[in-house]
Amino acid sequence: MIALLLRDLRLAFRAGGGFGLGLAFFLIVVVLVPFGVGPETELLSRIAPGILWVASLLAALLSLDRIFALDFEDGSLSLLATSPLPMEGAALMKALAHWITTGLPLTLAAPALGFLLSLAPEAYAYLLISLLLGTPALSMIGTFGAALTVGIRRGGLLLSLLVLPLYVPTLIFGAEAVRRGADGLDPAGALMLMAGITAGCFALLPFATAAVLRINLR
Amino acid sequence: MLRVRNLSCARGGVPVLSDVGFEVAAGHAIVLRGPNGVGKTTLLRTLAGLQPAIGGEVDYPEDEGAYASHADGIKTALTVTENLKFWADVHGTALPDAILETFDLADLRDRLGGTLSAGQKRRLGLARLGVIGRKVLFLDEPTVSLDRFSVKLFAAWLQNTHLAAGGVAVIATHIDLGLAAPELDLTPFKAAADADGGSDEAFL
Repeated sequence: MIALLLRDLRLAFRAGGGFGLGLAFFLIVVVLVPFGVGPETELLSRIAPGILWVASLLAALLSLDRIFALDFEDGSLSLLATSPLPMEGAALMKALAHWITTGLPLTLAAPALGFLLSLAPEAYAYLLISLLLGTPALSMIGTFGAALTVGIRRGGLLLSLLVLPLYVPTLIFGAEAVRRGADGLDPAGALMLMAGITAGCFALLPFATAAVLRINLR
Repeated sequence: MLRVRNLSCARGGVPVLSDVGFEVAAGHAIVLRGPNGVGKTTLLRTLAGLQPAIGGEVDYPEDEGAYASHADGIKTALTVTENLKFWADVHGTALPDAILETFDLADLRDRLGGTLSAGQKRRLGLARLGVIGRKVLFLDEPTVSLDRFSVKLFAAWLQNTHLAAGGVAVIATHIDLGLAAPELDLTPFKAAADADGGSDEAFL
């Protein structure tokens, strides 16, 4: 299982890999927002939690269709399916690789970008925690969506439509936690609900993803 | 080692083969013949467990099957060695040193997969079979885009290494590999056009 994770990471970091795509998109969106909204620090700091969360969600979405499509096209997915590696494990590793190449850099970059949006100082810790807890769920749900659309040419649109509604709870609780943190309220409730969603995703979706892959490989 | 009885298989919900049966003993191979579209690939994928059979039995030691098709699963951004090492790791085997020589890849070991020619890629794809250490091979057109020399290399590996060690191979091919293997023509097993069995496709 580790071999698959390492291979995917290596592929992502090599030329033509997906690493940096999501991060660059995230940077661009967040840097452009102040230009669009205008130099009103108060307004910016009020919408900052939402902007940061929406941008990271869209950035995660951007690289989803690469998760299985490349392996499907070159035949490695069939070969993996006949290998001793359980498909559930493969699905989990794929999600993990996606998180390390997308979710983790987003999380680490977010505080710096929060500064650009003049995010309230109290909220930085909660921004980091909420992204750290929430982005794994984005990767896992996205992996499931990618498995659903794996055989479909230009399945990117369908993938976004399938995945976006499933992203909504994470977005709501994630942004809510940061907002409550910024307002000096207790964000524990939102954070716990979001952690619950993430834990639930990782408990259930690898099995669903594996089942869907087996059907799509027929 | 491999026993197939009354096997029926379908492609896209349409039954293509029915009542296929054959046996292959350890150390032997069987060559599947038949015109394009008769169901050779479907049969091999069914045997490999990639798709469910609609009837019949396939029996071979668990976790010993390996499938190889025209898609070699080669990552263009990884080197030849890295590609093989990955499959060795997934299958929990060590990468044998001799395998690169056997498939004439030794000079290419640090080349990226994307810079290989079609025939070289194919040799790399076939070398994977020597790495993963599986006993029952299902080979779909293994010699496509190989030159005559490489076909000989592959046939020699199959005969002298794989089959000699008690392995089994089911090969769909249109050319003569020079193996002393019985041939099975699939044309007589073609499913009747209205054969039953594809109806559960809606309940996936």
